[in-house]
Amino acid sequence: MSNIQWTETIIFALLFGVVTVLGFMAARWQAGDTLDHLDEWGLGGRKFGSWITWFLVGGDLYTAYTFVAVPALIFGAGAMGFFALPYTVILYPIVFLPLLRMWSVSRVHGYVTPADYVKGRYGSRTLALLVAITGLVATMPYIALQLVGLEAVLRTMGFNGSGLLGHLPLLIAFIVLAVYTYQSGLRAPALIAFVKDILIYVVILVAVFYLPSKLGGWESIFSAAEDKFAETPAPGDGTLLGPNNQLQYATLALGSALALFLYPHSLTGALASRSRNVIKRNMVALPAYSLLLGLLALLGYVAISAAVKPITNEATGRPDSNTIIPVLFEQQFPSWFAGIAFAAIGIGALVPAAIMSIAAANLWTRNIYKEYMHKDATPAQEAKQAKLASLVVKFGAVLCIVLIDPQFSIDLQLIGGVIILQTLPAVAISLYTRWFHRWALVTGWAAGMTWGFVMLYAIPSADGSRAHFGGSALALDKLSLFGWQPFAGSTVQIYVGFVALVGNLVVAALVTFILRARNVSNGIDQTVGSDYHADDGDPKLKAIATH
Amino acid sequence: MSDTPEQAGNGLRWNAWNLLLLVPLAMLITPFINRDGPHLFGMPFFYWSQFAFVIVGVACVGIVYLKTKDEPVRTDKPDLLSADDLDEGDR
Repeated sequence: MSNIQWTETIIFALLFGVVTVLGFMAARWQAGDTLDHLDEWGLGGRKFGSWITWFLVGGDLYTAYTFVAVPALIFGAGAMGFFALPYTVILYPIVFLPLLRMWSVSRVHGYVTPADYVKGRYGSRTLALLVAITGLVATMPYIALQLVGLEAVLRTMGFNGSGLLGHLPLLIAFIVLAVYTYQSGLRAPALIAFVKDILIYVVILVAVFYLPSKLGGWESIFSAAEDKFAETPAPGDGTLLGPNNQLQYATLALGSALALFLYPHSLTGALASRSRNVIKRNMVALPAYSLLLGLLALLGYVAISAAVKPITNEATGRPDSNTIIPVLFEQQFPSWFAGIAFAAIGIGALVPAAIMSIAAANLWTRNIYKEYMHKDATPAQEAKQAKLASLVVKFGAVLCIVLIDPQFSIDLQLIGGVIILQTLPAVAISLYTRWFHRWALVTGWAAGMTWGFVMLYAIPSADGSRAHFGGSALALDKLSLFGWQPFAGSTVQIYVGFVALVGNLVVAALVTFILRARNVSNGIDQTVGSDYHADDGDPKLKAIATH
Repeated sequence: MSDTPEQAGNGLRWNAWNLLLLVPLAMLITPFINRDGPHLFGMPFFYWSQFAFVIVGVACVGIVYLKTKDEPVRTDKPDLLSADDLDEGDR
């Protein structure tokens, strides 16, 4: 605990204090009659307008981890790390239509989670349970990663102790977060998101205009990066894509875009909005964050030309590449502004962590607790259960970081992206057609999960230090179908999640043909066509916070 | 509530403007964008062209939003008039 940067720490603590007060006040902000209902606690009353939704969903999708990890990836590998920009550009055109359908059908039937919808659409408890479990497993490590982002900032400020003491600031920050989320529900991150996003915008805009001019302009920054990559032995890096990673770049961007709104927390943000028009306007306005993310990503190159060295994490003994951006800010900015920047990233971790834990709590309560443990739970009991679950989820994430290596969470999150993609046929394609049979979706899910997992297991890390779960880029050479290798000898890489999804769809289609030929029941559909177009003010809509 | 999926329907609606949503996907064709020159503000083409696609994406989604905003939405009944609805019209 030496070399604490006091100016930065004090500014960080002040801003953290402000959002804590906001978090507790949020319970009374636009409050409904009761907080003892999931519509209120878990979805903020389903009445957020365009601005609140913009800040909330922006704060939810563009997380602190993204803000430290994407530049770190560019710093280490170059052009490949820039996939985050195409990912967040194609995202909105892709999800624009399905998300509107999901909002309408959920509003008509009072669905809170994607698994609620699947159960209504297919009348299948098994399928709904699989979707719920997949969502929970994929979200948990994502919450833990927000802590990685927060910790990168804390360690840069000098709170870089070893052992349990080193994690103490993180623990305190998270206890505070857990308590006000428990009390205020989704309203807390919605209100805090205003502060977080405004800070982030200021910091990044200053950074991308001030730093390049200080360091000799983009031309010299890119040539410095070029020189660095030329020296390293790794073949895949450089300021342009190589012959082998272009397919990986495109499929990773596409796969990530398809996966994002399958994550329960993204859907939570969307379902909390008031009307279809709120969502439509946000699909137009949210790319402002993508622009920001792209600019931020380039700070990875700025860090190269500023000769930034990552800080060694005293808890693991390894250099932590996620500290690149905090260190860059600390070196180049006056300490008061670095303090603001650190607060922006730190608070940036709290917003998504809160929304994710709420989404996970909703899943647990609606699709496991109410479905299997307490069938006649009242809305108040549901809300109580969800509040408790949000606490458990957050402390699980803290324990993950403190007791197990943070690398474990990073690996899990990598797997999370691949597995959440396997719910695409059940959650997204089903918005358009019930052609896929419900048991075929179960089979396809199982096939995609298994295959994705097997492929991830077989991928060594780029630097050769680990033999398994080293990344999501699969060399086509390694692609094997029961021993048959269609692309033997090819060094071209592709995103594992994308391959697994294709396998999932093929299996689901084959099984659908078989089950349809045999006339196996495809369950009862609660929804009708017009449900998918219902809008605010429609008499069909289910009243909020009643049962 | 309906027992057979055929009756339930999916409420699909076709609108040609929606095709615009496919345009931004062009940025995934990496051979087109993976080049160094020409530079803009000192950035290789690979980078600034993808920034330009942010604007393309916003424009496409924005146009679809504006063009489909006034779409008449039947909210009280299914889209396609069934025989019952036509009877009601006679009354």
